[in-house]
Amino acid sequence: MKFWRQTGFWLPLVLVFLWGGAVLVLRQDTIRETAFTVLMFMALASSLNILLGYTGYVSFGHIVFFGLGGYTGFYLLSEQGWPLYLAAVGGGALSGLIALLVGLAVLRLRGAYFALATIGINEAARAFVSNFGPFGGATGMFVNFSAYEKYGGAGQALWTTFTFLWITTLVVLVVSYLVKHSRFGLGLQAIREDEDAAMVMGVHAPRAKTITYVISAFFPGIIGTLYFFKNGNVEPGDAFQLHMSIEMLVMVMLGGMGTVLGPMVGATAYQGLRGYLLTSPIFKDLHLAVAGLILLLIILFVPAGAVGWVRGRIPALRKVLE
Amino acid sequence: MILQVQDVTKRFGGLQALTEVTFDLPEGQILGLIGPNGAGKTTLFNVINGVYAPNRGKVIFRGEDITGLPSYEVARRGMARAHQVVRPLTELTVRENVMVGACFGREGHSLGLAARKADEALAQVGLVERADQPSGNLNVAQKKRLELARALAARPYLLLLDEVLAGLNPSEITPMMETIRSIRDEGITILMIEHVMQAIMSISDRIIVLDYGQLIAAGKPEEVANNPLVIEAYLGDPDMTARLMAE
Repeated sequence: MKFWRQTGFWLPLVLVFLWGGAVLVLRQDTIRETAFTVLMFMALASSLNILLGYTGYVSFGHIVFFGLGGYTGFYLLSEQGWPLYLAAVGGGALSGLIALLVGLAVLRLRGAYFALATIGINEAARAFVSNFGPFGGATGMFVNFSAYEKYGGAGQALWTTFTFLWITTLVVLVVSYLVKHSRFGLGLQAIREDEDAAMVMGVHAPRAKTITYVISAFFPGIIGTLYFFKNGNVEPGDAFQLHMSIEMLVMVMLGGMGTVLGPMVGATAYQGLRGYLLTSPIFKDLHLAVAGLILLLIILFVPAGAVGWVRGRIPALRKVLE
Repeated sequence: MILQVQDVTKRFGGLQALTEVTFDLPEGQILGLIGPNGAGKTTLFNVINGVYAPNRGKVIFRGEDITGLPSYEVARRGMARAHQVVRPLTELTVRENVMVGACFGREGHSLGLAARKADEALAQVGLVERADQPSGNLNVAQKKRLELARALAARPYLLLLDEVLAGLNPSEITPMMETIRSIRDEGITILMIEHVMQAIMSISDRIIVLDYGQLIAAGKPEEVANNPLVIEAYLGDPDMTARLMAE
């Protein structure tokens, strides 16, 4: 079964490809901004899902990789004059490296202990960056305007950034599918179901978990760089927002953890809901409370999420909705 | 000798789980491991396949000292295990469960080949028609067979079976024993824990007996069944021995 002959491989890619392509053709700033946010969360949730969905390790502080990678990429781009794509990959590489080092220490923890440790890592990173001179300390950094000129001015730079994010999202989805349908991914799913039993069957759990953690941290670093470049500045308060971590979890759970399509569906649905809540007079200060409530309801009643629920109900769709 | 266990001692805090356990297992045999509940049988398995490191002593597998190696390293050297508490990976299908064994066991197959090996193992344990079902749907007897298939798909040299007959009704026990014999006839050495006495007495080439973490007897089934220490510690009364041997 070659993966490029599978409908389930192409479906998410075609959807994201057409949507991003349409945004580029329409060329309207407001549509692009909305699409940027949704694509960003799609890619972040999909990255998280590679760890959470396939391996079963709940990373509550996953946003730390978005923040640290974003800071690093922003620094390389704005202060060192690296081109955007190299700076973004540099940000991703740093996030991956941090995940490798952190993973060697905390991935031996399981369940709630691992989840708590990841929150601690996020808070530690925020405190470190707030006091780190080269990154501008508590005030952060602003983009050097000459950086935009390489891309034909600030307006054009935003479109370039969007295009890059769109491609990144497609790559994340490809990686997510390939991990799920590989021998490596089968080992991860065995770890998710029962780590001790998986090890007895020969799965090198410590190595597999660490590699997965690195993969799932790499992409948020790229995405962070793109996001902060688009914003034109980066500061500790924006980079390490724990509530974004929780929202990523909600998206994965809502769409269906352990599926390729789930985080896409979850990110789109959650952003739609969030947009409504933020503009509605009753809920505008309560959107995080609503997010928490959704998470609770999903875990209680539909733990498989939307895509998982449909897959369970209609077996014929299993090959299509991966 | 495929397996040599030498002076293995394991403590948990103040609890002495295993005390200087020593035995050899020649290739191609079925060795039964019996003893009362809490005697340390499963702990001994855990030490042999690397789930726990012993406090003292050695485990030598196919001439190599594997003491203290993690369980996944032991698995790759050709030791597989079926658990007492059946642990299927419930979100995966029966075939995918068995593929884990084939992919990460001794031969380390690719996914495509692992699917074929999985079907072979499922055929051997008589579960092939369930291959595409979620493993959570299986009943107890089928889960025991799945556990066995998963271990077999790794193509091990040595198979550890932890009470694979427990929880089966008499009509299910006979075919399971046939399956175990067929595995031995393929040349796979078997070390099995079992409480179903008639079964273990008839299937084992040799038997060893654990009590309070110590090996109290070893030998052919009839020798062990007539050993006064074993009768006192485990079988309970001498008539039991007579009944066992009569069957």
